[in-house]
Amino acid sequence: MEPIVAVLVGVLMAASVYLMLSRNLVRFVFGLVLISNAANLLIFAGGGLTRAAPPLIATGESLPDPGVANALPQALILTAIVISFGLLAFALVLAFRAYQELETVDTDAMRVAEPEESAAEPASKDRPL
Amino acid sequence: MSWLLVLPIILPMIAAVIGFILRGNLAAQRIVSVTAALGLLGLSIALMAAVWQEGILAAQMGDWPAPFGITLVADHLSAVMVLITAIIGLATVVYAFGDVGDKAVAYGFHPLLHALLCGVCGAFLTGDLFNLYVWFEVMLIASFALLVLGGRRAQLDGAVKYVALNLIATILFLGGIGLLYGLTGTLNMADLHIRLQEVENQGLVTVVAVMFIVAFGIKSAVFPLFFWLPASYHTPKVAVSAIFSGLLTKVGVYALIRCFTLIFTGDVGYTHEILLWVAGLTMVTGVLGAAAQNELRRILSFHIVSQIGYMILGLALYTPLGIVGAVFYLVHHIIVKANLFFVSGVVNRIGGSFELKRLGDLYRYHPLIAVLFFIPAFSLAGFPPLSGFWAKFVLVQASIEAEGYVIAAVALAVGLLTIYSMTKIWLNAFWKARPAEAGPPPPPLTGAQRWFLLGPIAVLAAMTVTIGLFVEPFYQLAERSAEELLDPRPYVAAVLGDEGLARMTAVSLASGETDVLEVQE
Repeated sequence: MEPIVAVLVGVLMAASVYLMLSRNLVRFVFGLVLISNAANLLIFAGGGLTRAAPPLIATGESLPDPGVANALPQALILTAIVISFGLLAFALVLAFRAYQELETVDTDAMRVAEPEESAAEPASKDRPL
Repeated sequence: MSWLLVLPIILPMIAAVIGFILRGNLAAQRIVSVTAALGLLGLSIALMAAVWQEGILAAQMGDWPAPFGITLVADHLSAVMVLITAIIGLATVVYAFGDVGDKAVAYGFHPLLHALLCGVCGAFLTGDLFNLYVWFEVMLIASFALLVLGGRRAQLDGAVKYVALNLIATILFLGGIGLLYGLTGTLNMADLHIRLQEVENQGLVTVVAVMFIVAFGIKSAVFPLFFWLPASYHTPKVAVSAIFSGLLTKVGVYALIRCFTLIFTGDVGYTHEILLWVAGLTMVTGVLGAAAQNELRRILSFHIVSQIGYMILGLALYTPLGIVGAVFYLVHHIIVKANLFFVSGVVNRIGGSFELKRLGDLYRYHPLIAVLFFIPAFSLAGFPPLSGFWAKFVLVQASIEAEGYVIAAVALAVGLLTIYSMTKIWLNAFWKARPAEAGPPPPPLTGAQRWFLLGPIAVLAAMTVTIGLFVEPFYQLAERSAEELLDPRPYVAAVLGDEGLARMTAVSLASGETDVLEVQE
């Protein structure tokens, strides 16, 4: 089971890098969706995949029986999913608002904050002594 | 005692919640904000005093014993970082009274600011890697919202780059955490320090270490990964740029220092060599980028990048003096950098522009502001007797002691180039005559605005001078932090108890050669 998940993480990661290298902001956001899922699967595989019983503790006991699943990676992933959901929602709204204001989704064409002319002025003439 | 560790996180959180509830009532929001900022300052002073007297404090959340639950820890470095966060937070709140308009306050400027402070304090105080990730996210979400507050075109443009790069950094960090958990089965930093020495596949540990370098490197804007910072930091409101420039990248630097002195010390020759190269290149590219700019806030943004290099340099040297330098630089830089952004906002108010071409004559009509710019600017460049001189002095001395003559020369040369940029601002904005095409200057500040805008600037400038003139206690503080960072035994003992310390010694003895004992000598 672990090799399959490992390969899946690799494939998702590769696909997301491909998407994120695009200049299109929408593709970038899709890449972000994929890579956050890849990271979650990575934690899942890293925590060890076992076909085990749910980690329930019987009444009156303080320890679960041996052979139960590790609940911690799942708790971590749950937290990560919730957080990345919030961030993705923000990223989508931001991409939409940027498209509305700047009228493009091409990140190379977004040069309002860094206008080209500021780079054109040479500062080499007046070096310190 | 554990309350002292929890409250600096809880108080800003409560302030944020109350602020959001009082959305419509601007006056009440402002009162809550300044009260909470004052409260945070008081708490952080108490925390600092407690750590200074009693050493490292640790608290287990929900009484779960250490490697299982979440631990909050405050050593000298954490405590001083929380203190400086509180100072900058209060300065920003006061400055915002004069700078941030009613509309932005109605959109929730103050609650977002406190959410940011909550995340930053959490990141400084946590002793658990996954918890660190969560605080990073709290901080990020708040910073995203602050960055686009107002929704001007340039802000959205800058935010796209900021959000994109920071999300990638976060996911890399999360991936690294996943692999680390797979290797050791724990995420408690003190526990990781012990268990990573037992891991057989040390190559994989180094891979994770490099992932962390990249992730925190993006956050702290080091050499090849910094371009999101000058793209975005000059777009939001001045109060927002100031607190970002002071705190956010420094959380990345703090995380680097914490991880590469506590967790990844197995292959110092490899990881810290990378950090050394990164430090040198960051210093040089940052300062050259600044030299090419003609907009006040963009010059300052590039200088953040350049200055991060100095802090990484101290960490990369990994000698006691180097770490002292890094910690000292970190504290000095937060004060100075936030202050420079505050001043840039005032310059924009009284000069009508951030463009150097369109400014002039400020010294003639506003000598006080000129002096208030002069102090942080020349502290940043490293003039004695200001705080920056000592910070640079310690780092250069540490590099020479470690026989890094090239990096010492680079650090000095970058200092010179920093002076060049600062003189450029001084000549253009303050000294030369105001160009005719810039038009008449805007009306001067009103009475209340003067107090709100210049008050924090004056206090922070006074702190810079104080650190410069009475360097001894601050140096001692940095020295204590460095001692703790280089010898993790008290940290482990505080988090895991004596049992953990015994385990640590056993592991160190078993592995034969030990970095802990080596560092001691």
